[in-house]
Amino acid sequence: MSREDLLTMADTASSEPIQLVAPDGTRHRHAAFDAMLADVNDDAVADLYVDMVAVRRIDTEATALQRQGELALWPPLLGQEAAQVGSARALREDDFVFTSYRENGVAYCRGVDLDDLLTVWRGNASSGWDPYGINMATPQIIIGAQTLHATGYAMGVKFDGGTQASVAYFGDGAITQGDVNEALAFAASYQAPVVFFCQNNQWAISEPVGLQTRVPIAQRADGFGIEHLRIDGNDVLATMAATRMALERARAGDGPTFIEAVTYRMGPHTTADDPTRYRDAAELEEWKEKDPITRIEAYLHTRGMAVDGFREAAQHRADDVAEKLRHGITTMADPEWQAVFENVYAEDHSWLERQREQYGRYQDLFSSDAEGKA
Amino acid sequence: MDTQTTATGTLTLGKAINRGLHHALAADDKVLVMGEDVGTLGGVFRVTDGLQQEFGPERVIDSPLAESGIVGTAVGLAYRGFRPVVEIQFDGFVYPAFDQIVSQVAKLRYRTRGRVSMPLTIRIPFGGGIGSPEHHSESPEAYFAHTAGLRVVSPSNPQDAHVMIRQAIACDDPVIYFEPKRRYHEKGEVDEGVDLAELPLGAANVVVPGTDVTLVTYGPLVKTAVDVAAAAGDEGISVEVIDLRSLSPIDFAPVEASVRKTGRVVITHEAGQFGGLGAEIAASLTERCFYHLEQPPVRVTGFDIPYPPSKLEEHHLPDLDRILDGIDRVMERPNSLSGGAGC
Ligand SMILES: Cc1ncc(C[n+]2csc(CCOP(=O)(O)OP(=O)(O)O)c2C)c(N)n1
Repeated sequence: MSREDLLTMADTASSEPIQLVAPDGTRHRHAAFDAMLADVNDDAVADLYVDMVAVRRIDTEATALQRQGELALWPPLLGQEAAQVGSARALREDDFVFTSYRENGVAYCRGVDLDDLLTVWRGNASSGWDPYGINMATPQIIIGAQTLHATGYAMGVKFDGGTQASVAYFGDGAITQGDVNEALAFAASYQAPVVFFCQNNQWAISEPVGLQTRVPIAQRADGFGIEHLRIDGNDVLATMAATRMALERARAGDGPTFIEAVTYRMGPHTTADDPTRYRDAAELEEWKEKDPITRIEAYLHTRGMAVDGFREAAQHRADDVAEKLRHGITTMADPEWQAVFENVYAEDHSWLERQREQYGRYQDLFSSDAEGKA
Repeated sequence: MDTQTTATGTLTLGKAINRGLHHALAADDKVLVMGEDVGTLGGVFRVTDGLQQEFGPERVIDSPLAESGIVGTAVGLAYRGFRPVVEIQFDGFVYPAFDQIVSQVAKLRYRTRGRVSMPLTIRIPFGGGIGSPEHHSESPEAYFAHTAGLRVVSPSNPQDAHVMIRQAIACDDPVIYFEPKRRYHEKGEVDEGVDLAELPLGAANVVVPGTDVTLVTYGPLVKTAVDVAAAAGDEGISVEVIDLRSLSPIDFAPVEASVRKTGRVVITHEAGQFGGLGAEIAASLTERCFYHLEQPPVRVTGFDIPYPPSKLEEHHLPDLDRILDGIDRVMERPNSLSGGAGC
């Protein structure tokens, strides 16, 4: 089967999202997607399960830390574990990832240091990690801006003859932004090796996806001449297969692919949000039935795996992650005032130097006061 | 309806704006409120709370998530005779709409030789001090004040917030209405029965009279400046606090009169110093009152850095002590720059 045949087989933008594992654990066959997963055995699926449990635990722990005043804010991804873990585990280490603020699961899979994951939300730094350390840009709060960065990176790969791909993660709200539409236009023009991974979690704060689009989001790509896939985002195998397919196309020089992962944000938009003001409780209940974690448990059960065993392994990993997260945040030192003036420019800047010097003298007033009184 | 137009009571600044929007929506069916999350949710700060329930989803409109789209479509609505009031959710999200604002909104009257009016109000919660992540605490007022054709205002208290939002909506020019978000929850008496016709938009206000130093500010720092005046008063320095209310154009007469009286001026704002409003005010005062100045004007401002992470914002934002230090400088009292390196 050629790559284009695979894609044609997977073209379902106007029909139901592609699903490999149903909520009750039933495995559906799909020739094109199954071909992408030939090497994924039951143990590998169990590993994805362990990842998803750990990612969910990061959310629970970070939310608790926010409630306890250790974090200023936290954007949970509850319900989106499969979309993030499945896609991120499809990537090669040297692919480059550009995300929004909600891709904590992607960051986890890229191997981000857990302290680095939280430092931004504690308010200690504007940026959590060295992007070149884990080949992942620091998260973008400006909605959609990262899609242009991913496209530009991919253009660079193409121009300098690399074999990597870049991936842009964004939400359903983002598709309206000019930046995202411009990114799609550039990606198509240059046939850049970029994967657009849209997590349609149904809500942009209080606004339902229907306010952004009258057609399935994946169809948007058509108008730009970009191939698309519409998948069940709560199905970790489907998200992995789709992302692998898109990456394969990118590496083969076939250009960009747009993936719409249909999923659901089960928690609030952030810890500052109250979804009961705009969301029907019944809707949440309906999506709980489609939980990405329980379905993989059910699937592994049908495979005759020792469910208790890997559930315990997942628990251990999650406990460990939570413990590290809590320890890291509660022992994190506050930044010193000098940090205010650092890294504004590559080289010293006389105006800022003057401000730093004068503020230093101002700070000294307080320390000499204190000494004077002592 | 009558009781609404004459109500007086204690309101938060956020609620005072909400009441002002309510008045405007009730008084003129060409007024529309539009923005992200302004309808069902009532805005992330609840400033538009309850308005959609009352006026319906065609007057209080949840817009798709795109700021250039919000402002650009408001331009078309204004062409069609509407008076849109759009909300930009946070200061740092106005930049995608910047092109529409400076290239279109600001210039349409001039470009059409007065044929087209842009009675558009752009509400922007601005400024820091609430411990938010990046892009949520910016002070972009200078960008807009620098653009001819825009009016830029910022209220500092509930009464002004209420009156000024109604004035902004009534104004036939586009108005950038900066809401000091860290003051949203502060309460004050609001008389909703004021006669708008009697009040010019953005007349500067002498909040605290004084004789030794003129302290010029606006928006979120007015409250801090009032505290500064009290603290300075305890040390025998009489500070006159002026709330500009309008940042473009600036109502200069009261500032000038004050400086002629005091001969000393401190200007404070959260925004960075370079090319900020403080620079304009200092230069204008120097031109207008040079022979009355005892000391060069002093600016106490945020630093020329991207807004820092929240654990550092206390260092960036001018506070009581830093402003007092600025006052010590113009009063030639011991201060952080005493003993050299001051100029
Ligand atoms: C340019 C810009 N406008 C507005 C916001 C405020 N805001 C933050 S998240 C959000 C909703 C985003 O929804 P979506 O793209 O679906 O992503 P999700 O948060 O659901 O993952 C909004 C309006 C922002 N961060 N950036």
